[in-house]
Amino acid sequence: MTDKDVETGTWGEPEARPAAAPVTPADAADAARLVSFGLQPKLLPARDAEYAELLRRYREDPPFARLADAVASGLGLVVLEVSPRAGMAVTAAEDSLFAVRMGDYARRASSDAGDRFLHGLAHLAMAALAFPRPEDLADDGYIGRITVNGVDAFVRQACQRLEERAEEAGENTDPASDAPGLESAWRIWARRSSTGATKDARRLAGSTTGIVSKAAAFLTDSGFLQRTGDDSGGTYRTTPRYQLQVRDMAGSAAMAELLDLGVVPVSDGSASLTVPTAGEDLELVAGAGLPFHADTP
Amino acid sequence: MTAPAPAKIHPSPAPGPAADEGLARRLRALACTAPLHDLDVRKANLAGEYTVYAMAEVALAAIDLVTLNMDFDTGADHEQIVARLIPRIAAQAPQRPAAEHERVARWVLENLINVGSVDRGFRAVYGTFAPDGSYVRRDYDFKLIEEVPGYGGGVYLRTTDEAVNVLVGALDTDVTSAQIAAEVKLEVLISRGRLADAQLAAEQARYRTVQYSETLRRALDATRRNVRAVDWLEAVPDMIAEALDHVADRYRHENAILTNIRKARDEAEDQEHKRRAAELVDIVKDCIRRHTQLQSRLLEAGPLFRAEQDRQAFAPPSGRIGLDLYGQLVAPLLPLPVEQAIRVTDAFFARGTGLRTPTSVRVGDLVDILLTPPLEREHLGAEMPEPDVIATPDDSRFSEEQLARAMELLDLEHEAPRRLSGLLADARRIDPELPYLVALLAVHAASPPVGTAYRQGEQKLLFAVDDGTQLDDPEFGGADLIVGTALLDAAGMAADRTEAA
Repeated sequence: MTDKDVETGTWGEPEARPAAAPVTPADAADAARLVSFGLQPKLLPARDAEYAELLRRYREDPPFARLADAVASGLGLVVLEVSPRAGMAVTAAEDSLFAVRMGDYARRASSDAGDRFLHGLAHLAMAALAFPRPEDLADDGYIGRITVNGVDAFVRQACQRLEERAEEAGENTDPASDAPGLESAWRIWARRSSTGATKDARRLAGSTTGIVSKAAAFLTDSGFLQRTGDDSGGTYRTTPRYQLQVRDMAGSAAMAELLDLGVVPVSDGSASLTVPTAGEDLELVAGAGLPFHADTP
Repeated sequence: MTAPAPAKIHPSPAPGPAADEGLARRLRALACTAPLHDLDVRKANLAGEYTVYAMAEVALAAIDLVTLNMDFDTGADHEQIVARLIPRIAAQAPQRPAAEHERVARWVLENLINVGSVDRGFRAVYGTFAPDGSYVRRDYDFKLIEEVPGYGGGVYLRTTDEAVNVLVGALDTDVTSAQIAAEVKLEVLISRGRLADAQLAAEQARYRTVQYSETLRRALDATRRNVRAVDWLEAVPDMIAEALDHVADRYRHENAILTNIRKARDEAEDQEHKRRAAELVDIVKDCIRRHTQLQSRLLEAGPLFRAEQDRQAFAPPSGRIGLDLYGQLVAPLLPLPVEQAIRVTDAFFARGTGLRTPTSVRVGDLVDILLTPPLEREHLGAEMPEPDVIATPDDSRFSEEQLARAMELLDLEHEAPRRLSGLLADARRIDPELPYLVALLAVHAASPPVGTAYRQGEQKLLFAVDDGTQLDDPEFGGADLIVGTALLDAAGMAADRTEAA
């Protein structure tokens, strides 16, 4: 956690408080109040004096901080960071009352595994594009910018790259009709149409841009993205909370799951969206998309 | 609309995997044509007599139109494609109404997109032999025309590679060489005066041009995303230089062709040749326009790279090593079978979406909510305020009653016209003001509204004629008009009107 306190400059040196001050009900109320501020992710500390004051107290008063942490964990929340930039960044612990469930998020997703995967992949791809390099995810000052159409195009291109690889290797990627679960993941995205005209001029909800757009709108409600424009299906920029959430929660959880599957992606900390090595097909084929070299295990 | 029936194909046992692979490839190519045949099969099921239309022909024309109209940034416009399809459909059944032609165009286009299915694509099932000799049925998913998002949120159409490869022609060759070949072919054709083939070649050349532009556009997009994703030391500068050379080359080339075709157009005697040459001029002009567009993109590439370089590469390095989301999560995940990949995406989703505060209701509130009567829906909208009307003073010279008296007076037998002087005297006896009204009506009757009476089918018409007699009256001067009533042939007029209509 870094103290980048350019905005307010209110953090002073921690005052020397009596160490064994008893906790009063008023303290507990304040701690709970701070957590409740944290539960309103769109609320900015800079816009609310009481919030800013409670944050200051959290930073300066360790017993109060412990009390606030205890309140949060009792409610089933995980404290990611407490800072003037992110506020009281809390998120739902697993199986918490506050957790988002896929079935509530998208109705079709609970019955259809393909849809469920698409919604999950949309969230993952948005994070990957919002923070394209490892440095971007690590740098607290970084603000990512994404567009709905850009995310869809990005995944589509990665899928196409895989399709070409499979073709070069002479594999038949068409899934067996009686085992849909064995279909390669990329095919699910590639197969779904990217957009579609509807009778009432809305976005087709089942299309991939529809799915990405839903994810973007949802994350905006979570205080993770801010909508900045309507170009390319909607443009968004990230908030510090999103970076924390991806870095400290989602990324590692997904990584653990991947390792559990026996897939061990190796990284030296540099971005994998890199130059293709010499001898690779430098010639770009129409529709091949990014000239990146994706490491496929 | 149901998904088109998948092409069920039962291959005979193949001698080996290699032959089987070739067979699978051909089966897939065959499957791409199935939706077109299917159109002709299913047209009989449409409400209406649609068998006169050759649906496969319309569908192929639609795919050609979309392919040729695919733009640099977006794709072909849906409405435009429909509009351009209609002449061909109209030619197939000229006696049918235009609305039906449009309906056919939309039906074909929607079926090529396959609007009814969630994937908006087609699926064919075919069988192959696995290496262990077992027979495996596989799903082949493909699209012919896909919908892509365009500028300003619009939806545009693009033909897929499957459609181009199978249905437009065997174009699956190297972009650059194919373009050069097409250009050379065009030049030869024009010099020999074979314009019909020249048009075909020009259209192919244009498709190549679009494809080439698209390749470059995507490469530039990647630069914007991550400078290090692209080799700015060699590969990209080379590519840009190559593309600029290409633009310059093509520009020179196409201008030469343009001059040639213009000459051919102006010198051609045959009307058909003239028309084809004129079309060719348009196509080549369009090629030149696309090249200019491409060139401006290429010139933007340098500044874009420098700006991104500043942003991305010159930032102080962070002490921490972050997770490489693409390299460590997305890339390894995509090739996995979906039932495994879903575990990873679920884990990301569960922890990456943040929190939602659950809504809770107190029982007390619940009772109130449940007992509140539902709001009456206002069908008629808000109540209109009573308009505050100010009574305007009645400033008309004559009252309704006076008018009625005057009309009564002028309601003459058609065989017995009267002098105005007599009428005025009669009127003066009833009301001193009435003569003025009677005189006014009589003067109007001097030019009777015959046309109006004819249109409205009046039975009779008041008329006034001046026979030179001076009016002898204390209040009025002028001619003593003869006022009479003419009977009109209402039935005859009605018949006339019907004929005229």
